[in-house]
Amino acid sequence: MSDAPTTGPLLGRNRLWHPPAYTPGYKTSVTRAPHRALIALPSTLSEETGPVFGRDMLGEMDNNLILNFTGQPAVGERIIMHGRVLDENARPVPGVLLEIWQANAGGRYRHKKDGYAAPLDPNFGGCGRTVTNEDGRYEFLTIRPGAYPWPNGVNDWRPMHIHVSVFGYGFGQRLITQMYFEGDPLIKRCPIVNTIPSQEAIDALVAPLDMSMAIPMDCLAYKFDIVLRGRRQTYFENRREGM
Amino acid sequence: MVQPLLHLPETPSQTAGPYVHIGLAPNLLGNGGIFPTDLGLSPIRPGAKGEAITITGHVIDGAGMILRDALLESWQADAAGLYPSPHETRGTPDPNVTGWARIIADFDTGLWRLDTIKPGAVALPQGGVMAPHIALWIVARGINIGLQTRICFDDEEEANAACPVLARIEHKARIPTLLAKKTAPGQYRFDIVLQGDNETVFFDM
Ligand SMILES: [Fe+3]
Repeated sequence: MSDAPTTGPLLGRNRLWHPPAYTPGYKTSVTRAPHRALIALPSTLSEETGPVFGRDMLGEMDNNLILNFTGQPAVGERIIMHGRVLDENARPVPGVLLEIWQANAGGRYRHKKDGYAAPLDPNFGGCGRTVTNEDGRYEFLTIRPGAYPWPNGVNDWRPMHIHVSVFGYGFGQRLITQMYFEGDPLIKRCPIVNTIPSQEAIDALVAPLDMSMAIPMDCLAYKFDIVLRGRRQTYFENRREGM
Repeated sequence: MVQPLLHLPETPSQTAGPYVHIGLAPNLLGNGGIFPTDLGLSPIRPGAKGEAITITGHVIDGAGMILRDALLESWQADAAGLYPSPHETRGTPDPNVTGWARIIADFDTGLWRLDTIKPGAVALPQGGVMAPHIALWIVARGINIGLQTRICFDDEEEANAACPVLARIEHKARIPTLLAKKTAPGQYRFDIVLQGDNETVFFDM
């Protein structure tokens, strides 16, 4: 089995790779960012274990956002979003719950607080979920979300994006992120994207167009691999006392 | 040159944003019909062993404002301190404790509430016993990476004093930010302060 290990201490998070808490370009973070240093400790059982989700909990349409709201097709550019969930040692992670949500093709969310001028699509709910298979693979059928304006700077727009929530096997692997689309000129102007310090890390969130998975006369495809915190694996794991 | 390490960096985090409930609690939001129920409605099933408790609280920002868009998730052991995980090796966990909950702050008041059983102390395989606690993960608009903290209990003085995790907090004056206050039998209050005086201890574990 090349699958990711399910027990053992988690590798520490590289906090210089993730966005820091305080990012004044994204204004809401200013009052919501802890000021004190995080207390950094090795993971314990509480972070190394976590809830388990089976594919048996899924409905047939759960990963089909085009049809899963009313059964009638949503408006928009049809796309397959697909990829693998891996750990930091590049091992596929099966049995991972992925939940996604997004705006419709016009950039409007099905949410009472979204007042953007673009209309709701009566046939688009905007969420889906799936569980990775034995090879760590997943797939969603959806429409490409529109860009939308948001109150931050005077004229800030979010690039096209899909929000992604991921569970590993350990609660300490819990992650929420966003997938962007190759070639979108709004990516580099986005204050939320730019909370991420390095271009290399930003690139890790930009899904390339993947014509190998596109279906002729039907839909395009974008590939988005997700990497979860890994676990230390050594035969010399002899911690005897305390932490 | 050296051999390359075949190591992938973790996917960078991004904020859950203001519309996280569309994805993680669609039924509660009113977007029904996609999934039969929302996930994580309760960490226990009827018959779970242990003391039934309710924890309520607010998430408060650096300006003293209560967040109305916070989403929390909790993960805890059963009353014997065993995790409901297929990888639990220390014993057989209570089948009526699922351990995980998704907790949505009230859209109008920001109050959140967790009905559960009080977890037991967790004996670590490498030695040491962690005080009874519930691991928490907090996301919202403006939070760039989910915040990790723990709810411990102010009526577990002995266990708290012996807890190897609490012992690693150098500023002892901050430990009370991790203690849920007992307000009545089975009732606890736990406010999370994101920033400023009384800022809750957040972990990187
Ligand atoms: Fe969004």
